[in-house]
Amino acid sequence: MAAQTLYDKLWQSHVVRSEDDGTALIYIDRHLVHEVTSPQAFEGLRLHGRPLWRVSSILATADHNVPTRPVKEIADPISRLQVTTLDQNCAANGITEFAMGDHRQGIVHVIGPEQGATLPGMTVVCGDSHTSTHGAFAALAMGIGTSEVEHVMATQCLISKKARAMLVRVDGDLRPGVTAKDVALAIIGVIGTAGGTGYAIEFGGSAIRALSMEGRMTLCNMAIEAGARNGMVAADDTTIDYLRGRPYAPTAAQWDAAVAVWRTLHSDAGAVFDRTVVLDAATIEPLVTWGTSPEMVTGVNGRVPDPAAESDPVRRQGMEKALAYMDLQPNTPITDIRIDKVFIGSCTNSRIEDLRAAAAVVRGGRVAANVTLALVVPGSGLVKLQAEQEGLHQVFLDAGFEWRNPGCSMCLGMNDDRLSAGERCASTSNRNFEGRQGAGGRTHLVSPQMAAAAALAGHFVDVRTLQH
Amino acid sequence: MQKFQVLNGLVAPLDRANVDTDAIIPKQFLKSIQRAGFGPNLFDAWRYLDVGEPGMDPASRQPNPDFVLNLPRYQGASVLLARENFGCGSSREHAPWALEDFGFRAVIAPSFADIFHNNCYKNGVLPIILPDAVVSQLFEAVEAQPGYRLVVDLAAQQVRLADGTAHGFDIDPFRKYCMLEGLDDIGLTLRHAADITAFEAARKAAQPWLFNGAAQ
Ligand code: SF4
Repeated sequence: MAAQTLYDKLWQSHVVRSEDDGTALIYIDRHLVHEVTSPQAFEGLRLHGRPLWRVSSILATADHNVPTRPVKEIADPISRLQVTTLDQNCAANGITEFAMGDHRQGIVHVIGPEQGATLPGMTVVCGDSHTSTHGAFAALAMGIGTSEVEHVMATQCLISKKARAMLVRVDGDLRPGVTAKDVALAIIGVIGTAGGTGYAIEFGGSAIRALSMEGRMTLCNMAIEAGARNGMVAADDTTIDYLRGRPYAPTAAQWDAAVAVWRTLHSDAGAVFDRTVVLDAATIEPLVTWGTSPEMVTGVNGRVPDPAAESDPVRRQGMEKALAYMDLQPNTPITDIRIDKVFIGSCTNSRIEDLRAAAAVVRGGRVAANVTLALVVPGSGLVKLQAEQEGLHQVFLDAGFEWRNPGCSMCLGMNDDRLSAGERCASTSNRNFEGRQGAGGRTHLVSPQMAAAAALAGHFVDVRTLQH
Repeated sequence: MQKFQVLNGLVAPLDRANVDTDAIIPKQFLKSIQRAGFGPNLFDAWRYLDVGEPGMDPASRQPNPDFVLNLPRYQGASVLLARENFGCGSSREHAPWALEDFGFRAVIAPSFADIFHNNCYKNGVLPIILPDAVVSQLFEAVEAQPGYRLVVDLAAQQVRLADGTAHGFDIDPFRKYCMLEGLDDIGLTLRHAADITAFEAARKAAQPWLFNGAAQ
């Protein structure tokens, strides 16, 4: 048999049937559900009198609207209705839900892997674009719209067409202070936010092999920011070690059988990709975005670029609009940009390793006086618990950070954690779009270490030079 | 879903690249559990000078007179002309719901983000990819000529200009069929229920651990 890519293997093993034009019915193993993109799907099923195909494939949680301060009930009635609608839909259909108040509740892309509900070789879908995160487990994971959520609920299948395959290889060793987040931003800086459109991206190379599962999740999480619906990493010992003992993971003889299958989940030697992009890990610096698209990114020791130097008129206009929105002047050193708020959280960077890395920078320091709010929002109740057992929360609290309950929080501000108009934030989330963190708010995407460093300095600073 | 056959529509130009779904429909409106009613909040942050919240009466809002969709000449537009990577970002289907509710039935751009592109077909909004140079020409023509209209003929897979020029576009045969007929693809998939059941049984026999449910 011809050498196959990981993507080929994952795709082929899920095709239920395919049509002459390549349109295929793809079987879905795991369906993650949250409150924002599911109510209309449940309603659609009800209207048509259609049952759910396989309830046990679904794991649901409320994450986008949940408050991160301890409250009994969501104050905003519209948010509350959305969350209680999820609770009711799950209860009515017998779906497992980690509801508000459950110690396992959290961001859907944090709890799936944490529970072992995401396993190698699976297809994983969720009505959420950052479902690409789960590809870190050698799974075919993709974000879908609400009509597709309904389709998967009713048929356990997705109608899809095979994408092209891209290999992004990062060779060599990352330098100290450089993280998976910087790798993700570096890749987007190279291929652009549409560079992965129509592709499934496999991340490979020695720098990727060396990443923890948390790091791989950060990277695959941002595949969608490069335009790719799927990001994936081959399964290896790191993957297998992470999964051992997780609640949904197999045990005993099934574990051994599963591991034997998982060992095959990599691209074969000689597999052909439609496009290959190679980066040298040693050249990647801690990065900071300066604009309103994740591709508008530069090294922390760089400067805000000058649109006048851009020859393409559409790009130039995009840069001008971004700088106007961000209230930045061309050629400003990144380290001169002062910030008002700091957000450490989101499905990109709210796992235990992220919190440990941020706490290591914060330890013994103080949040700068000009920073009005520095938030740490763990990705799940279990991450929060783990961090507290390690005393990380105390490090943050001592430095003047707020330590909150899990949820999406200020990644998109559907709850009450938001930027006000004109406020500037160092954020570990994944999107710096206009208004994303609050109408008129200005977002700079960075790693957890860089966010922590910025919180202490009051402006961006190269975490590798920080002393306090 | 409404059928899509031939659309003869007024064109509105949105001249920026990488328009994301947060811009198309900001997050505060995603709290709705309905599928309709998003049109008044399409491009909310650009369209109004005040900050929009769910439940506000559109008549009480302050429109931004400079935003293109607020210009009198584009009232009633049903074709949106856009730049590359339109619809990037989140998977929210509220974006095509808002476009459709506002009155857009087709979006023309040099490229679309994958999930948005897919979501459009499910809602009777036709995303049409035309070459960059053609899109640039259309922007010039729309801006030069008030009342500029295009004919979008799905069966013929053509966008036709008033001067008789026609530009062909690609669409998957399956999607085309569903759009032309206004079909619900769940019903179509359920015709293959026996195939799905057989596939599922084989998979469960081979890799039972993939079927572990949650401890409640
Ligand atoms: S943390 Fe942000 S990006 Fe992730 S699922 Fe929540 S809102 Fe989406």
